[in-house]
Amino acid sequence: MSNKSPQSTSPTTHLPKCPTGIQGLDEITGGGVPRGRPTLVCGGAGCGKTLLAAEFLVRGAAQFDEPGVFMSFEETDAELKANVASLGFDLAGLARRKKIVLDHVYIERSEITETGEYDLEGLFVRLNHAIDSIGAKRVVLDTLEALFAGLPNEAILRAELRRLFRWLKDKGVTAIITAERGREQLTRHGLEEYVSDCVILLDHRVHDQIATRHLRVVKYRGALHGTNEFPFLIGDEGLSVLPITSLGLNHKVSSGRISTGIPRLDAMLGGRGFFRGSSILLTGTPGTGKTSVAACFAQAAARRGDRVLFFSFEESPNQIIRNMRSIGLRLEPLVQGGLLRFHAARPTLCGLEMHLASMFKEIAAFQPRVVIVDPITSLLVAGTDFETKGMVTRLIDFLKGGQVTSLFTSLTHGGHALAQSEIAMSSLMDSWLLLQDFEGNGERNRVLYVLKARGMAHSNQVREFLISSRGIDLVDAYIGPSGVLTGSARVAQTAREKAEALASRQEAARRQRELQRKRTVLEQQIAGLRSEYETEEVELRRMDEQAGARTHALTTERTELARLRHADASTAAARAPGQPISKSQR
Amino acid sequence: MKTSTVQRPRSGSHRRSAKIWQLRLYVAGQTPKSLTAFSNLKTICETHLKGRYRIEVIDLLEQPQLSKGDQILAIPTLVRKLPQPVRKIIGDLSDTERVLVGLDLRPAD
Repeated sequence: MSNKSPQSTSPTTHLPKCPTGIQGLDEITGGGVPRGRPTLVCGGAGCGKTLLAAEFLVRGAAQFDEPGVFMSFEETDAELKANVASLGFDLAGLARRKKIVLDHVYIERSEITETGEYDLEGLFVRLNHAIDSIGAKRVVLDTLEALFAGLPNEAILRAELRRLFRWLKDKGVTAIITAERGREQLTRHGLEEYVSDCVILLDHRVHDQIATRHLRVVKYRGALHGTNEFPFLIGDEGLSVLPITSLGLNHKVSSGRISTGIPRLDAMLGGRGFFRGSSILLTGTPGTGKTSVAACFAQAAARRGDRVLFFSFEESPNQIIRNMRSIGLRLEPLVQGGLLRFHAARPTLCGLEMHLASMFKEIAAFQPRVVIVDPITSLLVAGTDFETKGMVTRLIDFLKGGQVTSLFTSLTHGGHALAQSEIAMSSLMDSWLLLQDFEGNGERNRVLYVLKARGMAHSNQVREFLISSRGIDLVDAYIGPSGVLTGSARVAQTAREKAEALASRQEAARRQRELQRKRTVLEQQIAGLRSEYETEEVELRRMDEQAGARTHALTTERTELARLRHADASTAAARAPGQPISKSQR
Repeated sequence: MKTSTVQRPRSGSHRRSAKIWQLRLYVAGQTPKSLTAFSNLKTICETHLKGRYRIEVIDLLEQPQLSKGDQILAIPTLVRKLPQPVRKIIGDLSDTERVLVGLDLRPAD
């Protein structure tokens, strides 16, 4: 039979799944819990088992048109309705509309005496009746382990539980069974051995006095699932698991730009500021002016008419308003005008999940176009780096989805820690501005530079960052052979350069004058020489003439002498050039 | 055995009809356990409560909605409705001693 045909034995590629409708859980499990099979949800007290189960039923009834039966062994119907109503589930309404049946199974050991053989057929009949009365597709048994406390004979109970899970499968309902976490095994009474298809473990851990809930899919037979521990939170709208890995990257993007509120900074960012809907990280050591830049941005945005939500985890709103007044920012009228809203909370007030939930709530209520979180690093104390990253990812995703521009400030503590917290977050950010201070010559000066700005031609220059009573301004820092100079060193350097320039100008003028003088001297010398030369020339000419006259006289004399001696043979020989023949012929 | 089988108290034997015991036996179909439980119960009642008891047998297969009222899980379950307080005894009632203790009949005798 087993190798009869390949068709019947080939495994179906997709196990039918039943969406829970719980945010994030369906993404982790790849579509939900196994359809038509029981799923075990275990965890310690107060980690949200009942809530998860209730949400599974409520969402099933409300969203997927799958009625459900909630069989509670611990809470009464009224208690259950009240408990989940606080999380926005209208269990009572669904029960009235016959979408959900609530059945409280009360079991009190002191009222029960056991004599002889029995089985739990009563429970089966009851569950069957509840399922059939509304055509339920989903069943929750919360917490089945109460039976162990109520019924003395464990052997019978275990046999009956095995039968129950078999029966649930045969019935074709998707069931969630909750169980208390055991000491050495997943559940206190080893229910995991009966429910072998899917096991989800919930955990509520306190780390550094901050409690965070985690969810992990321990086992999911026949399906791929995320094996990590995922933080989850219980908010106004039920559970929300944060599967960081599953967040999509398909936001709409805007090419619109918005000003930073600091003209020179806009100029550094390709001349027009940040992209709308982008995420900006502003890191800096203490006292570098992160909040000031953030407030400046907030003021500029609010003055443009954009609603701005400012989450402050360090200062109270009034303190920010007062402090910003000292640098010329008037935030109060913007707050009164309803364009700027502050939300201040101490990071240690609650866990990360609650912060995230309250931030989501505020954002949803105020519908801002700009969100500022100052500083995001404060939240690190409310969770681990990984959790904070997860939260920031989630937040950025949420904000980007709504085209909200977000600015996160991040406090660093100098030195090597500079790169520590940001590495985790910087990859999520579109723009990263760095504020740093330089210490030297007995003063500290701030500089700002753009570390990255996706999608724009940004300046690679370091700018000195000045905070004055007129606001924030950026000036060119001195960058020269002796390094980057800021503050009075920059002023001194500039003055020194001025002096040097003056000196060199003076030197040049002096050299010019010297040259002029030399030229004058030379010209005088030339004039002297020339006159000397002229004198000599005249003299020479005079002497020349005298010599000529003398030669002529001599020649004349010699010719005369020859003529007198009739030495005509020598007449031709003695005839010198220039001597006219006529003379000798004469 | 039928649903809602009622054993009428025999009048006159005792002048304690005011203290009629109301017993309810929950079963699910005529299983051997249910039949055993019913016969055991009848024997015990005849022995200890002769003439002042009433047994109501409820078959949950026919009236499943009734399981909720008395919080029935185990089958068979005997519920002592009267006298107060309500007591529950689960099992086929084969251990007579325990049944008597469970029904508060042991100290009385």
